[in-house]
Amino acid sequence: MTDVKMQIFRGEEGEGEMVEYTIGLDEGMVLLDCVHRIQHEQEAELSCRWNCKAGKCGSCSAEINGKARLMCMTRMSDIIEETPEDEVITVRPMKTFPHIKDLVTDVSWNYEMAKAVVPLKGPEETDWVFSQFEAERAQEFRTCIECFICQDTCHVLREYRKFDEFGGPRTMVRLANFEMHPMDQEDRIPEVKDEFGIGYCNINKCCTDVCPAGINITDNAIIPLKERVVDRYYDPIKMIWRTITGRKLRT
Amino acid sequence: MTFESHEYDVIVVGAGGAGLRAAIEASRQGAKTAIICKSLLGKAHTVMAEGGAAAALGNADDRDGWKVHFKDTMKGGKYLNNWRMAQIHAQESADRIRELEQWGAVFDRTPKGLINQRNFGGHTYPRLAHVGDSTGLEIIRTLQEKGIHSGVDIFMEYTVSHLLQNDDGTCTGCVAYNRVDGAMHAFSSKSVILATGGITRCWSVCSGSWEYTGDGHALALNAGAELIDMEFVQFHPTGMVWPPSVRGILVTEGVRGEGGVLKNSEGVRFMFDNVPDMFKGDHAESEEESNEWVRQVVAGEIATVRRPPELLTRDVVAKAINKEVAEGRGSTHGGAYLDIASQRSPEEIISKLPSMHHQFKELAGVDITKEPMEVGPTAHYVMGGVRVDAETQESTVAGLFAAGEVASGLHGANRLGGNSLSDLIVFGKRAGEFAAKRATEVEQPQLDNADIDAAIAANLAPLAREGGENPGKVYDELRDMMQEKVGIIRKEAELESALEDLKEFATRVGKTNPGSSMIYNSGWHQVMDLTNMVEISTACALAALTRTESRGGHTREDHPEPDNGMWSHTTNVIRKIDGDIVINQEELIQPPAELEELLDRVKKED
Repeated sequence: MTDVKMQIFRGEEGEGEMVEYTIGLDEGMVLLDCVHRIQHEQEAELSCRWNCKAGKCGSCSAEINGKARLMCMTRMSDIIEETPEDEVITVRPMKTFPHIKDLVTDVSWNYEMAKAVVPLKGPEETDWVFSQFEAERAQEFRTCIECFICQDTCHVLREYRKFDEFGGPRTMVRLANFEMHPMDQEDRIPEVKDEFGIGYCNINKCCTDVCPAGINITDNAIIPLKERVVDRYYDPIKMIWRTITGRKLRT
Repeated sequence: MTFESHEYDVIVVGAGGAGLRAAIEASRQGAKTAIICKSLLGKAHTVMAEGGAAAALGNADDRDGWKVHFKDTMKGGKYLNNWRMAQIHAQESADRIRELEQWGAVFDRTPKGLINQRNFGGHTYPRLAHVGDSTGLEIIRTLQEKGIHSGVDIFMEYTVSHLLQNDDGTCTGCVAYNRVDGAMHAFSSKSVILATGGITRCWSVCSGSWEYTGDGHALALNAGAELIDMEFVQFHPTGMVWPPSVRGILVTEGVRGEGGVLKNSEGVRFMFDNVPDMFKGDHAESEEESNEWVRQVVAGEIATVRRPPELLTRDVVAKAINKEVAEGRGSTHGGAYLDIASQRSPEEIISKLPSMHHQFKELAGVDITKEPMEVGPTAHYVMGGVRVDAETQESTVAGLFAAGEVASGLHGANRLGGNSLSDLIVFGKRAGEFAAKRATEVEQPQLDNADIDAAIAANLAPLAREGGENPGKVYDELRDMMQEKVGIIRKEAELESALEDLKEFATRVGKTNPGSSMIYNSGWHQVMDLTNMVEISTACALAALTRTESRGGHTREDHPEPDNGMWSHTTNVIRKIDGDIVINQEELIQPPAELEELLDRVKKED
């Protein structure tokens, strides 16, 4: 067994410091194993969220060496390799959300956003018929594990704090899921534009780069939604039609 | 002591598939409903389910129907199932699946555009509605989104520590603590539904999430409810075995459903030689027949030949792998080889089993489109749990209901893959419905402050301790002990020794020191988990010691054969009397003649 050093943020409500730990390493360990080892051998009180330890639940998000990722899917061998020799591995809580303690943050805003999206509204009859091709368009968005790493990384939220005006990439993925669901009958374009502020996204693709589920958030969710908003509200022919007739042209 | 009070018609403990479905139903019936859950919403263990939900929709093979599903479930359970639960489950699961679709679930489709169904062990026909290999995620997200729009209050990251009861034992509510700030809460409720899942964190090699510490089992036991079938623990045959830190993580049965084969170190497909008498003649007897079945299924044809023996029930496959390893024919790291690369194209593997591909690539550095996986048994599911009424899911304690893995009866001695997700939605709905009905019939309970104070004092006690062991150390050692002595193959001396060890563990848990912080203190929570784990491990070891035969998810090295006598129609019942866990046996109720006819029991007595 070799030893590894790492620094973990310890403290409450944003106040605290980086504390260094030395942990014995076994083959194949992931970063979450190290946190557990610290809990079980050194610091029972150390706070972290986790559930499945298999990359399926999205609970153990943290910023490792400054990059947000899942602790359970981050192999120590990779982290040791990426960390320069004169530096120590660092683990911090997600910066975008209010801090609770150690590696745990208050992610409840994301749940408020989830509730604000109107649910699927399809036909009453059962045994819906649609093709696998149609299913797959919505399914990509449904692989989201709600780790909120995209939200943590998006600068509109992280730097500009636009929590009141912008739903963030996770919300756009949810909206795209319903908007592209083969049976959904709800008109979602007004809320995509106004309530969830898709205009704030300037398609830097940071969210896509960090998504552990590999969802192509920018290209497959956000850009098509932006196009639908543009079609509805900014189409010059329709603007002329509205000016002349005073009526909307629905497509 | 200070606490916050709440009043509800129905409290649901747990927010996995069963809990969410129960809450949706209770609320739909007009009950004021709350969910109290240990983690954030959408993170419960249901999210890890992979292969699919079994329902006789008949979309992929129209020969299927509820009667065949009933027969398969009873046979897989070695006929120790509660027959009525098996019947209700087979009859209602199709409607519950269709309902999920209307709430937003997007299942994979057949060529005709209907919900597709996949083959799984023990199911006669392709029966599992699925989404690739992440069906659990689909189901929990669908129910979660329905739930938050159903008027249900949700207390996330709250843990229920105690149930409250009045003088005649009726359940009147519960005490919970909020992990985020350590505050205590008392809930008065006309009905309480336990939907806390299972117990498999009691074993060091397991596929369960951190929540699986037997909380609901222990709450029920301490409230005087009966637990049944606690000896039956499903060791899923295919967990990851290497590297050590991922040992136990699940490899879906869907790999075999999609044609994956099991081989030993000599390259032999050993399942052909491991068919128990009760399944003789049900499976392919040559590689040619087996390959033809895979060809037909891949081509979307109705299978006309028998399925590969890799699709035998989980108990059978797990024991076969165990035997290969014990006899020196294991893989490099002590498992068996599960090979899909030689059976299907890389494109098909990535499309049908995306999360398996990702999991092995990221965690083990193995590309499953090119190399075989190494797999071995992992503690996966407990068939045993709270004894419930088949129709209403009410336990033997008035006002206390249970649904999903924490309840028992549907699966008998062994659960078929895919029957768990459908169990959650069928019996979750029923629990919600009948808990809400009860709420219209009884008064809002008045809680006794002395009981609440006692519960809170017990919760706070660990924080005041000076010195003492780290609870994490006790946790690790308890799990290692259960793995060694109450594992997949059991024997009398080890089970007796486990029961002795558990007494010592109980003492140690009472002296652990988690530190003094009340804010998101993981160690403090672990002390509470440990208390439940010791109780439930004791129930499991005691039941395993008592049953002197091998059947389904219970294998005794010293009694290796099924007993055709008493144990073939006897249930172990566990309850707590004056603080002691006691066990007795009861005669199993047999199905009525019209259902008995559906079973092929001729081969039962092997």
